[in-house]
Amino acid sequence: MTQHNALAGPAIQARPRTLSGRIVKAINKTPIHIALAIIGLIWLAPTIGLLVTSFRPRSDIQSTGWWDVLSTLRFTADNYSAVLGAQGMFQAFINNLIISIPSTLLPLTIASMAAYAFSWVKFPFRDSLFLIVVALLMVPAQVAFIPVLGLLKPLGWTQGYLAIWFVHTAFALPFGIFLLRNFFITLPRDLIEAARIDGSTDIGIFRTIVVPLSVPAIAAYGIFQFLWVWNDLLMALVFVQKGENFPMTRAIQNLLSQYATEWHLLAAGAFLLMVVPLLVFFSLQRYFVQGLLAGSVK
Amino acid sequence: MSQSVEPAGIATEQAALTKRGGKRHNVSAERTNWPAALLFSAPAAVLLIVFLVYPTIYTIALAFNRGRQGAFTEWVGLNNFVTLFTNDPNFINLKTFPPTGAIWNNVLWIIFYTGFVLGLGLLVATLASRVRYEAVIKAIVFLPMAIAATALAVIWKFVYSPDANTGLLNAILGVVHIGPISWLGDTSFVNAALIAAGVWASVGFATVILSAALKGIPTEILEAARTDGATERQIFFRIILPMVSLPMSVLAVTLIVNVIKLFDLIYVMTNGGPGSASRVIAFTFYQDKFASGQFGQGAAVAVVMLVVLIPVMIFNIRRFRQAAVV
Repeated sequence: MTQHNALAGPAIQARPRTLSGRIVKAINKTPIHIALAIIGLIWLAPTIGLLVTSFRPRSDIQSTGWWDVLSTLRFTADNYSAVLGAQGMFQAFINNLIISIPSTLLPLTIASMAAYAFSWVKFPFRDSLFLIVVALLMVPAQVAFIPVLGLLKPLGWTQGYLAIWFVHTAFALPFGIFLLRNFFITLPRDLIEAARIDGSTDIGIFRTIVVPLSVPAIAAYGIFQFLWVWNDLLMALVFVQKGENFPMTRAIQNLLSQYATEWHLLAAGAFLLMVVPLLVFFSLQRYFVQGLLAGSVK
Repeated sequence: MSQSVEPAGIATEQAALTKRGGKRHNVSAERTNWPAALLFSAPAAVLLIVFLVYPTIYTIALAFNRGRQGAFTEWVGLNNFVTLFTNDPNFINLKTFPPTGAIWNNVLWIIFYTGFVLGLGLLVATLASRVRYEAVIKAIVFLPMAIAATALAVIWKFVYSPDANTGLLNAILGVVHIGPISWLGDTSFVNAALIAAGVWASVGFATVILSAALKGIPTEILEAARTDGATERQIFFRIILPMVSLPMSVLAVTLIVNVIKLFDLIYVMTNGGPGSASRVIAFTFYQDKFASGQFGQGAAVAVVMLVVLIPVMIFNIRRFRQAAVV
């Protein structure tokens, strides 16, 4: 059940059978509905406030709060064209794609392969090596900054995207190997043995059996990793050193330091950063929630 | 049992290291298949060694060196650590009461962020389980998990704006003639304001995990308790709370790791300020040490982070191993 709809499911309660029982129950529940309404409001208002603001003209933003929007009812897309054009947010959006796509596909491929080795290829010290991978999960990225920068900067990799691709890929591996190995190992052994007896090579088994049967786990990992990279600021601060390559997180951070109170620009910029994750959230909610829950060990 | 109370992603780890998975399929190939083992693991092994194992060893060594330009220039023993803990008020200052500095702020984060996320997560999960629009409430509360910390920072800077015509919070307080308060500009409010934003961003995560745990509680137990005349309060404290204590402790560990790695939110919302009031350890590493070229001390801060995370690492590995035995 939780596997297929992590956000839904039946409520824990005994359903009363009589009409009077139901009425009593409904009255008893009023405080619950009120509490949930307040919770819903607290969790929606800040985001909706910024969304409304991103479509309000600058002069309105400076004179009235977004909650007064019903009394003005003036909307504009100018804020978006301003950040996309003059503030370079369009280029930053493209940079996000350039950074995120390889930084998702590379670890997806490499981690699946290693996970296959850890689950279905025999080699010495396999389980000990796997525990080392689990231990590497906890290594904070900060530990790598000084030596890795010392390694990649002389190569000129921080002037392009190579450094950020490699760093994101490497740091995604422990979690990816861990997650996928744990999934691969649950695949039916007989299936893999049978293929082996039929003369399939490991490459063949990996490509035609393991990967196709593991699409849910691979998808959850892929979505988690994509959003992780998409939303990352810290790695980009260190490993993307040329302004024209900056992703949106850095562009917004620059906006904030230049125009701390120009909310028409900041709101529109923040929403451009949010739009892709929100689309993923609403379209792939199941994989998204699973990926994030599994990713909690990261 | 733990399999039934934990959501899918976490449950897979239990399935993983079971004896069946760990041992049985070894029988299949008696001899090492070297070409396959190398082909499949070499790319990961190379990347892990170059980008994680080697840097970790390098950084640990650098923590005991002056580390000018990130190179080994002069060995200084424990000096970097001594300086950090005794002579760097931005890192930890025990001379005032309450203490200040990044370490102390991290302690505040661990206590209040973890506490409120767990408490509110359990509250929302419990309340939501009693209504039909449960999925909607959980989706609303979970939504911030999709949003970049940088965007969260903009959202909350906006809520906290000292201008009552802009900031929602000061507008609401203005109705009852309080403020406006400069939430992020006042040393006495800044940490509470940041922690509140962090809690808001993470409650959905706890809600989803605890909600799955609540659903793992057998209905018969709850119904039996109700039939025997237990009050809702008794049911909550005597049945529900003990039965979700394991997922709660796993969650608490995860949240503490979040705190140790916390950076983006602070960097974008306050840049550690006002003054140094809202610094945390990962911020100190980046801003005070790394960005200003104090690599020896930076390495020492990174080692402190690593040392704090090692117990978590052991906790996790033991958890996986225990799952293998059960």
